[in-house]
Amino acid sequence: MSEAVKLKLSKKDLETDQDVRWCPGCGDYAILATVQRTLANLGIKRENTVFVSGIGCSSRFPYYMNTYGFHTIHGRAPAIASGLKITRPDLDVWVITGDGDALSIGGNHFIHALRRNMDLKIILFNNQIYGLTKGQYSPTSTIGTRAPSTPSGSIDHPLNPMSLALGAGATFVARATDTDAKLTGSILERAYAHKGAVLIEMLQNCPVFNDGVWDAVKDDPANRQIVLVDGQPLLFAKGTKGIKLGADLRPQIVDVGDAAGQTPLSEIVVHTEQGSPLYAHLLAQLVQPDFPMPVGVLHRAIKPTYDALAQQQMQDAKDKLGLGDLNKLMFSGMTWEVGADGTRH
Amino acid sequence: METKNLERVVIRFVGDSGDGMQLTGSEFAKAAAEAGNDISTFPDFPAEIRAPAGSLFGVSGFQLHFSSSEIHTPGDAPDVLVAMNPAGLKTNIKDLVLGGTLIVNTGAFNEANLKKAAYKTNPLEDGSLDKYKVHSVDISHLTNVALEGGPLSNKEKGRAKNFFALGLVFWMYGRELGPEIKRIEQQFAKKPEFGAANVLVLKAGYHYGETAEVFQTVYKVPPAHFKPGMYRNITGNEAIALGLVVGANLAGKSLFYSGYPITPASSILHSLAKYKNFGTMTFQAEDEIAAMGAALGAAYGGSIAVTASSGPGIALKGEAMGLGVMTELPVVILNIQRGGPSTGLPTKTEQSDLSQSLFGRNGESPMPVLAAKSPGDTFYCAIEAVKIATRYMTPVILLSDGYLANGSEPWLLPNLEALPRFDVTHRTDPNNYFVYERDPKTLARAWVIPGTPGLEHRIGGIEKDALTGNISYAPENHEKQTHTRQEKVDRIAQDIGELDLSGPESGDVLIIGWGGTYGSLRQSQQALAAQGKSVSHAHLRWLSPLEPGLAKVIKNFKRVIVAELNMGQLRMLIRATYLIDAVGLNKIQGMPFKVSEVTEAIERELGIAPGSTSTAPVRSDALPANA
Repeated sequence: MSEAVKLKLSKKDLETDQDVRWCPGCGDYAILATVQRTLANLGIKRENTVFVSGIGCSSRFPYYMNTYGFHTIHGRAPAIASGLKITRPDLDVWVITGDGDALSIGGNHFIHALRRNMDLKIILFNNQIYGLTKGQYSPTSTIGTRAPSTPSGSIDHPLNPMSLALGAGATFVARATDTDAKLTGSILERAYAHKGAVLIEMLQNCPVFNDGVWDAVKDDPANRQIVLVDGQPLLFAKGTKGIKLGADLRPQIVDVGDAAGQTPLSEIVVHTEQGSPLYAHLLAQLVQPDFPMPVGVLHRAIKPTYDALAQQQMQDAKDKLGLGDLNKLMFSGMTWEVGADGTRH
Repeated sequence: METKNLERVVIRFVGDSGDGMQLTGSEFAKAAAEAGNDISTFPDFPAEIRAPAGSLFGVSGFQLHFSSSEIHTPGDAPDVLVAMNPAGLKTNIKDLVLGGTLIVNTGAFNEANLKKAAYKTNPLEDGSLDKYKVHSVDISHLTNVALEGGPLSNKEKGRAKNFFALGLVFWMYGRELGPEIKRIEQQFAKKPEFGAANVLVLKAGYHYGETAEVFQTVYKVPPAHFKPGMYRNITGNEAIALGLVVGANLAGKSLFYSGYPITPASSILHSLAKYKNFGTMTFQAEDEIAAMGAALGAAYGGSIAVTASSGPGIALKGEAMGLGVMTELPVVILNIQRGGPSTGLPTKTEQSDLSQSLFGRNGESPMPVLAAKSPGDTFYCAIEAVKIATRYMTPVILLSDGYLANGSEPWLLPNLEALPRFDVTHRTDPNNYFVYERDPKTLARAWVIPGTPGLEHRIGGIEKDALTGNISYAPENHEKQTHTRQEKVDRIAQDIGELDLSGPESGDVLIIGWGGTYGSLRQSQQALAAQGKSVSHAHLRWLSPLEPGLAKVIKNFKRVIVAELNMGQLRMLIRATYLIDAVGLNKIQGMPFKVSEVTEAIERELGIAPGSTSTAPVRSDALPANA
């Protein structure tokens, strides 16, 4: 096989010989296929790509990617991936996680990886349920979720992954639904090009324990999704409806048009990927059932990454102090010599 | 004025945790080392940074043993006590040898401080100190006088009083002021007015000794004899950091160190963070688990990965350490032990994390464990840990403790060129690669790192097929992998050197120790052996696997004592492994063994040993031997 041919990857090249063990109908299949297809199209180097995951259904993902892969322990994938990325900035490091893995047991590592702007591409499969442990409610479950551990309904308020990621300082925050291969693919391509902490929330369906949790969003995309386009107004329902800011910055759904009782297009909020954090937080607050959910890239910022800064500090030290001399280091501080007679000279 | 020669002196400085006792002690230690004495130090301070002034629990102490002959410990009891306040006197006077020298700062013996120290009467006046040679000096006042008219505020002047005490003991032991003045000036280069004030007060203390005629004698401790070579003074945490840098260099790799602040391990991170130009990368993680996780990630990427903590942090790291066992990645985990359980005694020493190291993870999770015996030895242990981790592809636990971490000793600097290299290679051949294919001698799997074309593979914490590395729940496979993981650790025995045995290979009593108790045990055994007693001391460096040399000698003794600063964790292992009736010498006071305590225990056993069949327990402070 010639080099040129070898370089052209196909989706098949990114599949492993392992049987995929997710339940039939699991949203993970679609995401896996999109990731494989997109990375193949991007022509990644398999040897320079690492998928790190935690624990949960989604975290089996690395076994099915013919790249380097590390299936770690519950919640810790961002920490392990951080150690890898800091020491191996040449690698593309992806993190696969779920709502329980990232937001419950691994909440600390998740926020700190984002805060540091570690150059990690984190894909969070959010199905609002614990699948692998058979259906307990998760930190993203809506209040009142009836599950084996909450037979009377859950009483804690759900976490908004987008708000959390923005608050933690992620520099690329995006969302897509599991079956929307086109949008997911385009987000993955842009995430791949982004330098810094990426958080992609995949609205993923668990057909066994939380079937249809995102149906309201997925089944009627025209009315229940706002497809974000940089520089374009927040419109949905074929452009007939939009989001406008009301009193005390409350977002409102309005009919768009110039007729009486309608809101002119000029008053509709215009999406800006690199907008203010305040705007990004506002977008994150648009959630079902009150609002159609924004999909696409919610926020993007250009900031130095932790791994690049760490490497830079090391280089600066080498430039300033010269390459370390171990003998000098050992002999630093107060030293003295003892002569052949056994006493100090 | 009389000059008296002494072989050795134990001096202890005590005062408020804000009085600068650690600085005073360590500066005096430097002067002793400079004068050619052998030294051993024992800093002992509270966990509170600035405990309320004058309180009993806020007392900070620093003990220094300096000698003209070889010493192994900071000394059992001080010959000289310098007490900067009543609380310091109250908590330490019981340790001073009878007839010992007591220097007190009378300026701090006011009503308020006496009350805080729960003194009903002033001990300087009620005759309770008659058993000691008491020198009452108003150090607070004399310090203020020395700094009169200077630029410092009264509060700032008060902070210089430890230098008066330092100057006074410099005079008492005939130390030269010159090098100390230079050190002060260097240390305070950015605040020269403080440097100048400290020098003034240092000199004032020195001249006070000279002129005040309260001290009739100056003492001289002649230089000790050492092995020829270059020396420096070193603490355990300084040496362990150097060992890691050198170890990574000998492996031909870069060092990655991740940690989360915890006493008494933090200073290792501080040292390594300054070594960036050596290619050392440090990472202050968000928590202990992340520090362990990041180390695993770095090891997976091909670095020499190290994390350090103390018991509470190691407990948090446990699950991730198990992931290292399962994925067979080389990581070095340092545990700088302190008193436990829970938060326990953060600034005090203990050896109570041995069981945690050996058994503190879920599942059958064997891990090599070694322990350093002295501050300087941590250097060599760090190198050995790196070597074993990379050679056997396994996490390795290196145990140190608060006593070794903060204590210092003169250290013969190694010749780096003479240290054997153990360059690490990574497999690059893509043909016939299997994740768990093993080296026939070490059972190590190949260390394949990302970035290597054609060797893409997946690892993880879930059980894997013994060859291919694919997920496997097969019963026989799990049993095979479990045994293999254990056997890999067992095989490290082939790389363990001779047993560190002092005394003959058979006799009446064998005392076994490990880690930081080395000095007390060795000194006691040597003294008793010199008296003709039949006693040997085996000091273990490797605890998992147990040193092969121990099996050869342990049954040659009538009595076996296992001495450790815990309730008998190694003893349990020794009894289970060798089926012998070992007894314990145990202490759980956050303090190292005194030589006298060890000697007493050995003598008790010697009394039982000859011809005796008694196996009655001889300790009062431990579990019954035959329980």
